[in-house]
Amino acid sequence: MSSLAERLENPLSARLRNPAVTGYAGIAAGVFAAFLTIPPIQARAVTWPILVGIVAAVLGIWTVTRGRRRLGWGAVAAGLLGIALGILATRSSVGNLNAVFDAALIAQTFAFTTPLIFGAIAGMFSERSGVVNIGLEGMMLMGAFWGVYGADKGGSWVVGIVVGMGVGAVLALVYAYFAIHLRADQIVGGTAVNFLALGITGYFFFQLYNGNYIPEGASTIPNFNIPWLGSEHFLGPAIGHLNIMVWAGFALVIGSYVVMFKTPIGLRIRACGEHPRAADTVGINVYAIRYGCVVLSGILAALGGVYLSDGFGGGTFVNNMTDGRGFIALAAMIFGNWRPFGAFGAALLFGFSSAIALRLQVYSASASTLFNILPYVLTLIAVAGVIGRTIPPAADGKPYKKQ
Amino acid sequence: MTGPDPRNSAPESPEEAASGGTLITSLALRQRAGGIAVPAVTVVIAFLMGGIVVLATGHNPLIAYRDIFNGAGLNWIFHPTTSLVPTASYNLSQTLLQTTTLILCGLAVAFAFRCGMFNIGGQGQYFVGIYVANWLGYDFAGMSPVPHILLCIVAATLAGAVWAGIAGFLKATAGAHEVISTIMLNWIAIWIGEWLFGDGGPLQNAANKAVPISNDIANSAKLPVFWGQQQLQGLDVGFFVAIAALVVFWAILNRTTMGYEVRAVGFNPEAAAYGGINVKKNLIRAMAISGAFAGLAGAIDMTGYLYHYGQTDIPFSSVGFLGIAVALLGRNTAAGTGAAALLFGALLFGTTHGLTSNVIQPELAGNLTYIIQGLVVLFIGADVLILYVWNTRRKLRRARSAEAVSAR
Repeated sequence: MSSLAERLENPLSARLRNPAVTGYAGIAAGVFAAFLTIPPIQARAVTWPILVGIVAAVLGIWTVTRGRRRLGWGAVAAGLLGIALGILATRSSVGNLNAVFDAALIAQTFAFTTPLIFGAIAGMFSERSGVVNIGLEGMMLMGAFWGVYGADKGGSWVVGIVVGMGVGAVLALVYAYFAIHLRADQIVGGTAVNFLALGITGYFFFQLYNGNYIPEGASTIPNFNIPWLGSEHFLGPAIGHLNIMVWAGFALVIGSYVVMFKTPIGLRIRACGEHPRAADTVGINVYAIRYGCVVLSGILAALGGVYLSDGFGGGTFVNNMTDGRGFIALAAMIFGNWRPFGAFGAALLFGFSSAIALRLQVYSASASTLFNILPYVLTLIAVAGVIGRTIPPAADGKPYKKQ
Repeated sequence: MTGPDPRNSAPESPEEAASGGTLITSLALRQRAGGIAVPAVTVVIAFLMGGIVVLATGHNPLIAYRDIFNGAGLNWIFHPTTSLVPTASYNLSQTLLQTTTLILCGLAVAFAFRCGMFNIGGQGQYFVGIYVANWLGYDFAGMSPVPHILLCIVAATLAGAVWAGIAGFLKATAGAHEVISTIMLNWIAIWIGEWLFGDGGPLQNAANKAVPISNDIANSAKLPVFWGQQQLQGLDVGFFVAIAALVVFWAILNRTTMGYEVRAVGFNPEAAAYGGINVKKNLIRAMAISGAFAGLAGAIDMTGYLYHYGQTDIPFSSVGFLGIAVALLGRNTAAGTGAAALLFGALLFGTTHGLTSNVIQPELAGNLTYIIQGLVVLFIGADVLILYVWNTRRKLRRARSAEAVSAR
């Protein structure tokens, strides 16, 4: 005969009482509280989000009493936030809710996320090898203009991608020469790259297109239509017709994780970023690795730019088209702690907030504008170490001099 | 407090200094590696390369540069009293208007540099200054002019200081890199501006809700104009404020204990801490002073000639970023910043509104400014390039003194 105490000793319930599990369950419940009130579930009674939110807060407090204070308070905050958002959602009209939260929101989130993924992974390669890349914005902008130029004049989006990648690589090579060989301050050099890219794209856009728009009919990067997903049910508009660059972005995240953490070359890259002298001592060519990573970084950032102009933008270009996306990508990389999946998660969060901001206009233009601040505030909080500290590679930004 | 001048403890040869690899040691090298040679060479190279781009795209670079020179009103110096070129004096006053802003934005970057920090957030601090000056300038109408102007300028300067102080505070307390936090603060300031002037925003004009532009500030908040006419955007007395700021910058750094501490922290934070200097306090203070210069720039622009601001103005403003080029080219000194600000002020106006040319359109020339700016920043940051100039200069000097000896 088993008593209550004995039953509590069994492995499953012991695992469930683990403060880490209850903490994350609390956060999940907090998210769920808000999720209940939006489509497709769309509960209209205030009771549900409040109940689930309270469960989240209780789980959080329990976690706090068991020692995981930061996680516990996070769950409490998630619960309260879930209740607040849930109440807000039940107060607003069904029509507005459906306008903000529909299946296309998912597709739009991915569309906003993709350039950030390319940029963040680009930054990760450069910084993991020890070269800070503030110039992501500029490399992305160059990719955006020359990519659509290639697609327009070359007659095919493939040409556009190749041209964009090539130009990104050249700009990155110039930056790499100054940062690695000339040992220029990398922040200063990256800033210079941004100015140069802004000037060059603006100059040639006016020179080559006489200040007009890029003529319609330029070959654009196609969508990947999943055959058995039409537009009738939820998954169709959500993921049935995404651009091939979106899928390429997902593959890039997985691929870069494998390269960076599961292969010898990744180990070498990280060694150059953490302790270049030690890497040099064991025979790793630090300069070669850093050159390779910075050029790869330029290529990837430019790809993000090509997607922006020739995929997402549908074959257009405007001056300063990237409009800070390179910096958000940089923020996503930092927020994700210089890791591919971390950066992916952050990029997804930032992309989602951009997509939501666009849709919040049905409620109020002011709220929609202010919502755009979210990624920057989150990053500021992250670098301030409020939610877990971000740790850059040890030799990030330090020029290396061979002896 | 008496202590060794930190400059004396700097490494003897520039090669050693460069191997240190920190921002400030390479800045110290730049400071030492020979007068105005490096900036001058940099500017010449940047203009040459810009000229090549112009030539390659089928325009005559010599005529283009002459037209830009005239567009900036610099031809005024050849005939200051005659009215041979009626637009020249107007163009020059506009160039000086841009110079005013760039001096202050350059000082903002330079002051942080001297404390070993890179304030990339001058643009955001400038915007915050603009917003506060616009708000106080409109909402406090009815005050008499002098206190009203003072209120606008002081409050906007403080706002800039606070905005940059956040980055300094985060660096001092949490070790957050100031480059990242100032970039984030830039974007936060930009979106706040979009919200303030946008549809239904608190600073949007009362007359026409369809236009995302602020109200004009009251007449009592406008700075007096001393060259040209107020209606035609004449040069206001803010120009003298910027000149005074150059003197204040020099005096703070070279003649006060605070400046000594700031420079000491910039050269070597560990040594400064060992010498009894509170490093954290100085990081916050230096960043706040740095932001104050940028906030002041916003206040002077708003009360001097802008009077109102709108959503569409925000993405077109790049003075905070130009300040980086100004400070680097001016080697983070007061005099250098002043000279570099004049150069970029002339480029900024001479390539856009002032330009009338058959050879190059303002749209092209305006982007040429960005290219030249990028090249200047790229070259000025390269240590090895500076080492090369430094060594050539030394060799030249040695050769010259050897000649002098043999001549005797």
